[in-house]
Amino acid sequence: MDPQIVIARRVAKELKSGDLVNLGIGIPTLVANYVPADLKVFFQSENGLIGTGPIPEQGLAHPTLTDAGGRPISALPGASTFDSAMSFGLIRGGHVDVTVLGGLQVDAHGHLANWMIPGKMVPGMGGAMDLVSGAKRVIVAMQHAAKGKSKIVGKCTLPLTSARPVHLVVTDMAVIGFPDGKATLLETAPGVSVGEVMAVTEADLVVPDHVPEMNI
Amino acid sequence: MKVVSVEEAVAMIPAGASVMVGGFMGVGTPERLLDEIVRQKKTGLSLICNDAATPGKGVGKLFDAALVSRLTATHIGLNAKAQQQMLASTIAVDLIPQGTFAERIRAGGCGLGGVLTSTGVGTLVAEGKRQIEVEGKPYVLETALRAQFALVHAFLADYLGNLTYALTARNFNPIMAMAADTVIVSAENIVPVGVIAPDHVVTPAPLVDYLIANG
Repeated sequence: MDPQIVIARRVAKELKSGDLVNLGIGIPTLVANYVPADLKVFFQSENGLIGTGPIPEQGLAHPTLTDAGGRPISALPGASTFDSAMSFGLIRGGHVDVTVLGGLQVDAHGHLANWMIPGKMVPGMGGAMDLVSGAKRVIVAMQHAAKGKSKIVGKCTLPLTSARPVHLVVTDMAVIGFPDGKATLLETAPGVSVGEVMAVTEADLVVPDHVPEMNI
Repeated sequence: MKVVSVEEAVAMIPAGASVMVGGFMGVGTPERLLDEIVRQKKTGLSLICNDAATPGKGVGKLFDAALVSRLTATHIGLNAKAQQQMLASTIAVDLIPQGTFAERIRAGGCGLGGVLTSTGVGTLVAEGKRQIEVEGKPYVLETALRAQFALVHAFLADYLGNLTYALTARNFNPIMAMAADTVIVSAENIVPVGVIAPDHVVTPAPLVDYLIANG
């Protein structure tokens, strides 16, 4: 299975009926494709919409119905629109149940860096800092390593997105949580051993006696 | 509220003015006003806008024409020209979290000195700012944001200046219409008073100073 699909499928299992969910760009966007049809999840687009639907069919796009990247989307029955102060009030006020974001680094205490690489990539943080600081539950969906380098690190060397730790990290190799503030290996991806995860992880992981395989 | 031509409206904006522009990636942006700003070559603008859109679209046109000297925004990653101008230091860029951007403008429009937020605490965003503890929780003090002009785009405007917006084209327009000395509006449709029911008015007429005539 494609590593991105492993991640998206596993994250989708975290969502519950009635949840208000905000998905970041990249791998997080794929999560919507793996939510079971009978699960009534509300997806928020932070440019002012709850109830985002799939990309409209050819010829049905409208210039005033777009996602946070400015791309055409559709709205599902029951959707609502609002201004940006309301949209971020929802995010900062703890009304968003789950946000799923990409990451550059997550450290052993759950701190996330995902918005800049000094001197290289300075696009601006957009809504990332608000989402990590305000959503009830923060899930990071990212590759375990980039160019052979672990993205689960002892301490973030890149600027932090928030001082508030994230709740869960889902990678193509593992699910990592932070009980007692310590990075803990909760699950391994299908066909990946605990030893293989440990070998490519820079951070010290707490490893329970039994680590189940992801059920996807 | 006064109805004016787009040329007259833009002529009121001096070079070097601070200008808030509604829109999110060019969606809900007053394109006609921006085209006229480019035509009248209003230089040295201090632009306050969520993003830099993309070249050729929305406020992207202002970067194409090198009319911006200062930008307050949340994300400029999709406009390579704005990024180049930032890296070459021809524009000064202040990048702030999007919720903070919205709340600073809201505060500016509501007579507040600023807002306390936990967004940014413990990050680069908090550097040089006052931190205030409330009931044991740390917050950053983010000051109010206002501008000389707000350029707003509506879906419907009635003859008095009551406004409604369309879908995700609403975004920052209603809060910017509260936070500037002079509010200039372009609308997709100008309709008789009464077409917009009182319950559906998002921006009440007294907030609008100038409405751009159609045609």
